[in-house]
Amino acid sequence: MAGSYTPHPDLPPPANVVGVPGWVRRNLLSSPLNIALTVLALYLLYVTLPPLLNWALFNATWTGETREACQTNGGACWVFIQVHFDQFMYGFYPEAQRWRVNIAALLLILGAAPLFAGRVPNKLKVRLGLGLLVIYPIIAFVLFKGGLFGLPAVDTRRWGGLLLTLVIAGVGMTAALPLGVLLALGRRSQMPAIQSLCVTFIEFWRGVPLITVLFMSSVMLPLFLPEGMNFDKLLRALIGVTLFQAAYMAEVVRGGLQAIPKGQFEAAAALGLGYWKIMALIVLPQALKLVIPGIVNTFIALFKDTSLVLIIGLFDLMNIVHNATTNPEWLGFSTEGYVFAAAVYWLFCFSMSRYSQSLEKRLHTGHKR
Amino acid sequence: MNASSTSTAPAPAPLSDQIMIQMEHVHKWYGAFHVLKDINLTVLKGERIVICGPSGSGKSTAIRCINRLEEYQRGRIVVDGLVLTNDVKLIEQIRREVGMVFQHFNLFPHLTVLENCVLAPIWVRKLPRKQAEEFAMQYLERVKIPEQARKYPGQLSGGQQQRVAIARSLCMNPKIMLFDEPTSALDPEMIKEVLDTMVTLAEEGMTMICVTHEMGFAKTVAHRVIFMDGGEIIEENTPEAFFTNPQSDRTQLFLSQILHN
Repeated sequence: MAGSYTPHPDLPPPANVVGVPGWVRRNLLSSPLNIALTVLALYLLYVTLPPLLNWALFNATWTGETREACQTNGGACWVFIQVHFDQFMYGFYPEAQRWRVNIAALLLILGAAPLFAGRVPNKLKVRLGLGLLVIYPIIAFVLFKGGLFGLPAVDTRRWGGLLLTLVIAGVGMTAALPLGVLLALGRRSQMPAIQSLCVTFIEFWRGVPLITVLFMSSVMLPLFLPEGMNFDKLLRALIGVTLFQAAYMAEVVRGGLQAIPKGQFEAAAALGLGYWKIMALIVLPQALKLVIPGIVNTFIALFKDTSLVLIIGLFDLMNIVHNATTNPEWLGFSTEGYVFAAAVYWLFCFSMSRYSQSLEKRLHTGHKR
Repeated sequence: MNASSTSTAPAPAPLSDQIMIQMEHVHKWYGAFHVLKDINLTVLKGERIVICGPSGSGKSTAIRCINRLEEYQRGRIVVDGLVLTNDVKLIEQIRREVGMVFQHFNLFPHLTVLENCVLAPIWVRKLPRKQAEEFAMQYLERVKIPEQARKYPGQLSGGQQQRVAIARSLCMNPKIMLFDEPTSALDPEMIKEVLDTMVTLAEEGMTMICVTHEMGFAKTVAHRVIFMDGGEIIEENTPEAFFTNPQSDRTQLFLSQILHN
């Protein structure tokens, strides 16, 4: 009996597997153990959340100018943050010159915003990105440091707070990624000299703690330098952080390179492309996309590691908050200070994490073969 | 699966005597393992060669030596008048003229079909993007998938991907095409569409070396069939003679096994 084949029509799923009831069933109540864990989690939230909210929001003091404004009802006193806010942002940067930092920040935001928008044409994005990588650092450096175009010079020792944290993190990230890529390529190179050079570099920097690197840069390096030659302390920290993170980045990128099938190299080579074009056009775009989570992981670690510069006497966000809590006028507000610092760090790190997720989604091009 | 059922055999046009590829006493070792043993092969312009043989016989390795994806330790290969050496620039120059199609397609998954096709013309041949895209669309039309140009390889079927891979090679306007088991990774339903594309290419006079087990294709299209085993060329003949009157026992055994499936 030959008949024409008609596919069976799709039926709707049963009501208890979709929607909110379905989600709750699947994720919270799927087994006796899960039910117990759900109840336990709810209890822990009940115990911890109300006191936290009371401290941070409901009993907190929000307005005032001095320590005397703080109420003694067990709530946080955010006046401490308010009074020190400018210091936390700019460090000891002269007040009259802080507009320069603001302009640099504004430029960065204006320049970077189109990169995150969906509708901007790719060509413009590439140009903006290159501008941000090449021209912006020069503009920002001139603005921060001054001494040119009639701007009064501001010594790097006076840079501080979030400004310093962002300078170290920004320079570290933009320099460590390309350096890491080169190191990763070098480590996989066929040329023994380049390969062993890269392996040595990576293993050396991965093998020492960042604190040691920073100590050495500030204490030992001057011993080896000729008399009178003096590197800027911030510059030394920047170099130390960059080289240290580049070694980590190299290993992350190498992981991505190893995941690219040999056929991709061969197909590109068979078309007559040379080594650098194969890497830049075929292999790295795929490898870097694969290791976005690892790269962002390294970036986040770098961002938080910038707080270690406090041991060589630079006043980054962490150090300046710590400094403010030891101010005799404001003793006893260290909790507020550290919570604020943590919140700022968290905000930046969480944004990076979210951005990397959206980037992964956008770069996904169908099923891999 | 038999390509002759849809396409007529191209008339065996008289070949010019211009030599495109010459392999002379080529030997290759992987460590201590002798993979290629004294390979001698001359391919004329417009000639179509099918290489077959059991797996591990060195047939893929042999054609991968021609565009230097594999090194060889002894012997000489001349491609379109250029003697292959270790010189990177020379190798790139030869690769520009030699297209290759792989068993697993090896399309670039992060680029669209069209971008796959224009990449090498733009970066190697230095064509303006617009012109490269026009060329690419012509070739995509020839392999009958212009409507997929904006899609990514991952969204296409295996047969479509392999046709894109052929178009990508053709966009470099090569003088020689190498096919390394182009249909071995495909579902039976898709083999025909790829073979048809290859037959069309053959009809246009392309110089082709094809490693394949598609004996129908060999019968219709090839000027010569080469049988390899154990790294050696065992037999070399016209398709008629090869299939009706194989000279060696090894060839007979191989043919009886693959033709009775």
